[in-house]
Amino acid sequence: MTRDKWGDVLAFVALTLGAVAMIGPFFWMISTSLKPMAEQFDMRLIPATLTTENYPKLFTIMPFHLMIWNSFKIAGISVIGQLLTCSMAAFIFAVVRFPGRNFLFVLLLLTLMVPGQITAIPQFIIFKWLGLYGSQAPLYAPAFLGGAFGTFLMRQYFQTIPIELAEAARIDGASLSRIFFTIYLPLSKPALAAFAIFAFLFSWNDLFTALIYLPSDPEKTTLTVGLALFQSQYGGQWTLMMAASLISVAPIIIAFFLAQRHFVEGISMSGFK
Amino acid sequence: MLAFLLPTLLGLILGTFGSIFATIGISLTDWDLLTPAIPAGISNYTDLPADRLFMKSLVNTLAFSALYVPLTIVVSLAVAMGMNRKLWGIGAFRVAYFLPTVSSPTAVGLLWTWIYAEDHGTLNAIITAMGGNPVSWLGPKMALYSVVAVNVWGAIGGGMIIFLAGLQAIPRDYYEVAKLDGATAWQRLRYVTLPALAPSIFFQAVLTTINAFQAFDYIYILTRIGNGNSTMPTLVFSIYRTGFRFFRMGDAAAQAVVLTAIIFVMTAVYFHLQKRWGEPA
Repeated sequence: MTRDKWGDVLAFVALTLGAVAMIGPFFWMISTSLKPMAEQFDMRLIPATLTTENYPKLFTIMPFHLMIWNSFKIAGISVIGQLLTCSMAAFIFAVVRFPGRNFLFVLLLLTLMVPGQITAIPQFIIFKWLGLYGSQAPLYAPAFLGGAFGTFLMRQYFQTIPIELAEAARIDGASLSRIFFTIYLPLSKPALAAFAIFAFLFSWNDLFTALIYLPSDPEKTTLTVGLALFQSQYGGQWTLMMAASLISVAPIIIAFFLAQRHFVEGISMSGFK
Repeated sequence: MLAFLLPTLLGLILGTFGSIFATIGISLTDWDLLTPAIPAGISNYTDLPADRLFMKSLVNTLAFSALYVPLTIVVSLAVAMGMNRKLWGIGAFRVAYFLPTVSSPTAVGLLWTWIYAEDHGTLNAIITAMGGNPVSWLGPKMALYSVVAVNVWGAIGGGMIIFLAGLQAIPRDYYEVAKLDGATAWQRLRYVTLPALAPSIFFQAVLTTINAFQAFDYIYILTRIGNGNSTMPTLVFSIYRTGFRFFRMGDAAAQAVVLTAIIFVMTAVYFHLQKRWGEPA
């Protein structure tokens, strides 16, 4: 073997060990969730007694099906808001020349640095004043106000579409919105899919905002807050807790296996997380 | 045209910049949201050093970032370099390293509380089986390191993808030439790989730092103890408690302003360093 072959072997062994550390915990989660409570401290990876009793029990303790639905609904609405408003702005930044365009774009990018907590305080006061504290609206409404990340991402993609297409359509008398909906959006499906996944994960995984607005009502709140509530009430009952975590990560993991390429693109475009 | 930009403009004006000014305004008052706000001058800022939760959170956040940022970058770069060798089973590796990144930190956080649990938790069960003494992984002494480990674990996937893209853009010829010149593996890393990756490393460092100062989910789940406290509060946790649990809006706003200022300064420092390193020696 040449030296580089040894390098490959070394890399393979190291990556395998690393991979065990990455997915091992997930197997442990599954394993624990399939043990009866009495055997929760039994350290076998394959449970001595295999049971699914923890899963139906979960739903009698807390309305997990409602919380899954809430998270799904809020994330779905957020995705629509983000896709629409970010790609609209991105389209203008990519296609229309107007004075102050670069300044505005840089200003938008600067907001990437602004932590969510500084906007959370006045937002909370406004939503409370509007009587929306304790409702789900504060979790998805801000998604309809664009965002630096999505706009940047979509603009990058729109810039790869030859501008001549838009110019020719304009000479033929097409309006901006027609060009946007009939040319730019249909040509940008891969970018839209990747961004949709990113926006969905962002909302689905959100804990901070949900904790602020929907801290305690299991029927209205999201899965993340539900898990936190569950943790404070059933801490130490690990078989139940692992079943609860598994049903929360399972939908995303299944989606990940089905649409792996788009996931990787969504994350790699972001550089976040 | 304006209609297309309207949501973004509203978001910029009201959402971001309006909010910043509003938060600065609120930070100059005492306000519990029940009674009218009382002007407080800069007292909320001058009181911060005496606020134990805030000071503890500030120290923890700085320590967390100092460990989390370099570790995340080094580990994800190392993984990316391994992946770049086009080994057998690379697709499976990619899935494995990516799984924590797509999973909800709240749900996975619960899994780690089980692994770290002091009584009969997985790690301690292994340690005691080997004859050691159980460790209080999430207690005040160890929480920082345990939490950093989980956060790095969750961030490797994202970093790896960015670095992998950067590595794949380096022409193979560079390595061939370096080898012909007798460069060792270390020299190839130092003089070919790292300089070519400098832009990706720079942006990863900026983004990871911004994220580090806002770390919340894992920390909230892993370190919460009874009565709503935490064994390792961070700045976001402190803002959450002060503002949204105790409704001391003025104090929380002051903390949020300090957090934002820290992030701005850190980003400026990075760009300044990049300028200096970017110049030919």
